[in-house]
Amino acid sequence: MARQKSENKKTSQVGEVWRRLKKNKLSMVGLVIVILVVLVAIFGPWIAPYDELAQNSSERFMAPCLAHPFGTDNYGRDILSRVIIGSRVSLLVGVVATSIATVVGIALGAIAGYYGSRTDNLIMRFLDIFMALPNMVLAVAIAAVMNPGITSCMIAVGVAGIPRMARTARAPVMMVRGQEYIEAATSINASTPRIILKHVLPNAMASIIVQITFSIAQAIITASGLSFLGMGVQPPSPEWGAMLSAGREFLRDYWWVTTFPGLVIMVTVFSFNVLGDGLRDALDPRLKN
Amino acid sequence: MLLKFVVKRILWLIPVLLGVSLLIFTIMYFAPGDPARQILGDGATVEAIAEKREELGLNDPFIVQYGRYMYNLIFHGDLGTSYATSTPVSDAIVQRYPNTLILASLATLFMILIGIPLGIISALKQYSWMDKVCSVVGMVGVSMPTFWLGLLLIMIFALNLRILPASGFYGPRYWILPAFSIGFCSAAGLMRVTRSSMLEVVRQDYIRTARAKGQKEGVIIRHHMLRNAMIPILTNIGLQFGILLAGSMVTETIFAVPGIGKYLIDSVNGRDYPAAQSAVLVVSASYCLVNLLVDVLYAFIDPRIKSQYQGSSKKKAKKGVEANGTAEE
Repeated sequence: MARQKSENKKTSQVGEVWRRLKKNKLSMVGLVIVILVVLVAIFGPWIAPYDELAQNSSERFMAPCLAHPFGTDNYGRDILSRVIIGSRVSLLVGVVATSIATVVGIALGAIAGYYGSRTDNLIMRFLDIFMALPNMVLAVAIAAVMNPGITSCMIAVGVAGIPRMARTARAPVMMVRGQEYIEAATSINASTPRIILKHVLPNAMASIIVQITFSIAQAIITASGLSFLGMGVQPPSPEWGAMLSAGREFLRDYWWVTTFPGLVIMVTVFSFNVLGDGLRDALDPRLKN
Repeated sequence: MLLKFVVKRILWLIPVLLGVSLLIFTIMYFAPGDPARQILGDGATVEAIAEKREELGLNDPFIVQYGRYMYNLIFHGDLGTSYATSTPVSDAIVQRYPNTLILASLATLFMILIGIPLGIISALKQYSWMDKVCSVVGMVGVSMPTFWLGLLLIMIFALNLRILPASGFYGPRYWILPAFSIGFCSAAGLMRVTRSSMLEVVRQDYIRTARAKGQKEGVIIRHHMLRNAMIPILTNIGLQFGILLAGSMVTETIFAVPGIGKYLIDSVNGRDYPAAQSAVLVVSASYCLVNLLVDVLYAFIDPRIKSQYQGSSKKKAKKGVEANGTAEE
């Protein structure tokens, strides 16, 4: 009995979060799909039944069938293969853009929150300027300066995500700033970067992890929107948004050309969103209704 | 006190908008491509291009160009001249803004009609199958790219059933599809906010009291619950409306709506920098104004907040941007 008790105590925080997350069925579905999408992206070239760029004029606009489950497009390219390879592009953009937003955002947010007063004012007022533009408009404006492509797409979406991430990091940092253990760390002469990294930021981790999950979802949608408008990833690269855009012309007669890439975007973003929802509830049960 | 807060917020808009103008001007300044060549075409001689550059003031230092732009904007209300059409940008914006306004309002209406009732139902029947269906539908809505829904709607209602037009913006019949596609995707966010906000009030004592005194359920929902749950809901509606006023660039492009969003995209694609720059500035100004209005509106809806203004007003300023579960396209 006593032993069992001590074992219970040992259950790590991660284990506790995992236990709570497991209870949320929808989030588990999300997690499974996210893992699947990541695996598909990694092993794409081996899974894809056809070459995603191979054109075949004799197989143009084939409706979904056994040989081409998602049909073929105007160049006779297999849409399933394109969607599979496209997952690499879309996920990469989502992850890199979120990384940009996270690294810069956390740095700014932590500095603003930790130093407070003037520094905080300066940084936050500067970010207010970025917040004065809706996310998509900001991304379009930034993308406009660069030559369209996957890099510009990542940067545009990433930079547009910085302010929100900074706000996410700032609030918990401000909350712990005055605590005794921070004072203790200061008194034993720990350097400021060390205090921020080792003592302050771990407290902000829960909300940052949740924000990262949502941020990837948002980045995938924004990036596909940019590509749809011709400002992001360019054809023939099989980015999902670019595929949707290319399929627009054939909307009337060939429904599958636009339907499947869109469906895949939706399922991917959906799974990140429900996972984020579940993580939020699991990491901070107080927030749960 | 309240007045002081409002004035403070309005004054704060000035540096923010100046900052936005500087930001956008800088971005456009470093954008690739030579506008002079753009205007004159590929066949133009080097001399002609040089002359045109001088005429447009493109050879001046950055700060002079920015100063001139701001001077014209502030003292003459001049938003610049479009490279593409050689007409004032302000004319184009004035012409297009009403379309975006109509689209945004109608989309917001759809959003409210779908989002709030679903949110209320799922909060009242928490954990029931209806709640679960609503949550999943809500999540799907948040996750769906607006433009994809737009394309699907075109495919179904315009191309196959032929009930509604697929593109253009000539009358109410043309408004339905684009407004609905934006409204539906935004409704998901509103639904989630409504649900969680309602859940916070449903178990309050005053609700039990209202039930105990035999109040009708409908009245309880409308007067006691909804009114108290209204703040986050209104924030969400306001924020969403602000975003929509910025023009749903992708939706306007799909449905060929001559609005501000499409104008922005067209000018960016055509490297028409004065147009793009001014369009972004107008968009940002309306976005900020709507956010400001929402903040001010709180006080009139909720007397509790009005009394808070007597204390520090700092908390409120942040609230606008943080309390969102919005679905941007």
